[in-house]
Amino acid sequence: MKLELGYIQIKDIQFSKECKVDNGTLYVDPDAVKAYLYEDDDVKAWVKDFGFDIAKPGESVRITPVKDVIEPRVKVEGPGGVFPGVISKVETVGSGKTHVLRGMAVVTAGKIVGFQEGIIDMSGPGAEYTPFSKLNNLVVVAEPNEGYQDHKHEYEHAVRIAGLRAATYIGELGRSVTPDETAVFETYGIKEGLEKLPNLPRVAYVHMLQSQGLLHDTYVYGVDAKRSLTTILCPTETMDGAIISGNCVSACDKNTTYHHQNNPVVANLFAAHGKTLNYVCNIITNENVYLADKQRSSDWTAKLCRLLDLDGALVSQEGFGNPDTDLIMNCKKIELQGVKTVIITDEYAGQDGKSQSLADADPLADAVVTGGNANEVIILPKMDKVIGTLDYVDVIAGGHAGSLRPDGTIEAELQVITGATNEMGFNRLSAR
Amino acid sequence: MVKEIERAGIPVVHMCTVTPISMTVGANRIVPTIAIPHPLGNPALSLEEEKAIRRKLVERALEALTTEVDDQTIFEV
Amino acid sequence: MSYKVVHYINQFFANIGGEEMAHVAPELREGFVGPGMALNTAWKGEAEITATIVCGDSYFAEHEADAKEKVLAWVKEQKPDMFIAGPAFNAGRYGYACATIANAVQEELGIPVLTGMYEENPGADLKNKVLIVATANSAAGMRKAAPVMAKLALKIMKGEKIGASAEEGYMPNGIRRNFFEKEVGAKRAVDMLIAKLSDKPFTTEYPMPSFDRVAPNKAVKDLSKATIALCTSGGIVPKGNPDHIESSSASHYGEYSIAGVDDLTAETYETAHGGYDPVYANADADRVLPVDILREMEREGKIGKLHDFFYTTVGNGTSVANAKKFAAEYAQKLLQAGVHAVIMTST
Repeated sequence: MKLELGYIQIKDIQFSKECKVDNGTLYVDPDAVKAYLYEDDDVKAWVKDFGFDIAKPGESVRITPVKDVIEPRVKVEGPGGVFPGVISKVETVGSGKTHVLRGMAVVTAGKIVGFQEGIIDMSGPGAEYTPFSKLNNLVVVAEPNEGYQDHKHEYEHAVRIAGLRAATYIGELGRSVTPDETAVFETYGIKEGLEKLPNLPRVAYVHMLQSQGLLHDTYVYGVDAKRSLTTILCPTETMDGAIISGNCVSACDKNTTYHHQNNPVVANLFAAHGKTLNYVCNIITNENVYLADKQRSSDWTAKLCRLLDLDGALVSQEGFGNPDTDLIMNCKKIELQGVKTVIITDEYAGQDGKSQSLADADPLADAVVTGGNANEVIILPKMDKVIGTLDYVDVIAGGHAGSLRPDGTIEAELQVITGATNEMGFNRLSAR
Repeated sequence: MVKEIERAGIPVVHMCTVTPISMTVGANRIVPTIAIPHPLGNPALSLEEEKAIRRKLVERALEALTTEVDDQTIFEV
Repeated sequence: MSYKVVHYINQFFANIGGEEMAHVAPELREGFVGPGMALNTAWKGEAEITATIVCGDSYFAEHEADAKEKVLAWVKEQKPDMFIAGPAFNAGRYGYACATIANAVQEELGIPVLTGMYEENPGADLKNKVLIVATANSAAGMRKAAPVMAKLALKIMKGEKIGASAEEGYMPNGIRRNFFEKEVGAKRAVDMLIAKLSDKPFTTEYPMPSFDRVAPNKAVKDLSKATIALCTSGGIVPKGNPDHIESSSASHYGEYSIAGVDDLTAETYETAHGGYDPVYANADADRVLPVDILREMEREGKIGKLHDFFYTTVGNGTSVANAKKFAAEYAQKLLQAGVHAVIMTST
């Protein structure tokens, strides 16, 4: 399958009476976006109002609680549309042409649903840890209807859809813009790959999707990942939004929709594809809360690795705690099939760094890349402006009573920062 | 945590869903439970059925506590 | 003002002689000797070796108590800002002496210490206690080792925060520290996989730990006379979370009375845990902490008594060290209260 991405570099976002992308600037009319969001019945039912704001790199701005981050994209050629099965109709994506509004994102924020929403600082020490401080962000702040506390699942769904719709609306503005840069990504069929790259090791990406419960799910073509068996995806499918984040794990190791669209493992395997390895496919598997599911899913992962005659597999995780077991089970079972693995995770080694980092372990997991210790404490300075609310800083995962100090500074673990210890290997942060 | 209680000299049974973690960290008496968000319940059932299952699991845990073990043991339900 | 350093070296590096002179007793000399010059040069006047202790490797091995006593007395007298030993490269007894004496100085005098040696040197067994810079396996590695040791030592003397082992050059010491790599994680992972596939060396960023084991205690003889306590890492707390137990990385545990409580209800109990969907536990906390069943069994006489207190914390992201500390603490309370057995539930 072959996909061409056309990158349209967005250098600035401005509110305007019209919506367009002109010379690297996104002009956006909040009322028009809002009207589009409210065309959805669930959004109408659960969201009282939306506020819009813009956050640019280097500004003294804090966005919190952040739910999801989404990159606007639009399908300009080939089958399907963005976010298939959720926004567009179900149709296999990942081929043809897609335009990407690069350098920006839609960020959803607002009252928390659970404990797992995060912080994005646009400047200062916190900005070093989140990739989203480098983007021009259009922030959509949702205000729930009364009584949402008793309908958290429905409200979470509505906000998720609102974010995706906003990104779709903005992405559409790039449809007829000429990209600044294009790149082509292609993987081969099994036999075709063997013929074209006979001497290169065959490698797949085992992509673990968080699926811990109703508030903790990832969706693939609209299917809740926890209700799916381990299966295969073409790497380019994720670039068109086949996988979206609907989950609420700790902010630091939540894979946002942006992470799925810009999966760094996919990017780096493509960079090596045809040179040092043959990138065969992605294997997607879940992280469920039942032991039988964990066993079944990891069995299937290992089985598929064997069926595909792989030489190597790169495994990425999402979240921590019991998913550490899924990670270790996957790693161990794949290794026992004679397929070599590298796993990407992050650590919960305590604030002092002295504790054991993962909940599970196995000697076969001898090649580990880490996104850093999420328990490490950071002090975030006061920001001039807050988009969203500071009301939840003390209770989100990684915060504690008194995290938000009277002078407006925040003392908390890296856990609170969106994307800080990403387990797809999005960042440079590591630990030893 | 289980290990610290054991170390203090009190027999302890670990009721958990992810038994592999329990094995890795070194619990000695382990009873597998239903699911992570509701180890001792199942919201899909009626309250009576749910309570019956919970009773069964707790009975199994008590059985584990009254059984001598030499090594890590999973008491399947 | 420059920082004062006392340096420890063996007879070989003091130019006294090789194996045949390894018996020499410790002596104190003023200023630097031998390899100390490389450290002084690297410090550019910011720190200086004011005294050097020379000791034969065999002497240290055969008269450890005596050697230690002498060295500690001299170091104490010198009042240095730091004590540096070696580097010892792959010299086994020298490495052992460096790590052992550095550990003694650190523990007994409270002076910061640093040493250096090859990873396979037996002295490196103390790497979780003493900061040890990893060096080459022969003295030819001095040119590389000296600046690394000098830089790290200066940081310590200045009271600066030290970085991760991979950055600073010391051996991993069981304390995980964050730092920024040159490449993103995914690139590092692909490179590591390619190395692993082609049987080339690679270094894992997180070596798998080994776990200690505790032997199982004797079983409970007679349940009908036993007091059973409930504990959980599922974060069950009285409604409103009165002690503010964190949703993740809990810094404390809760101790709550359930005397007279027959059933945990949505109105009275909830979970503080941030790692799982809380809806089910909030609706009925017995799903995590089966108070209802144990109360029933108590009434039936199946168990002697349900202990009046339950202990709870949030397992989510909570460090093992903290979890251990909590459990060790409340295990003592349970012992004192005469509890016979514990049911621990986890989510």
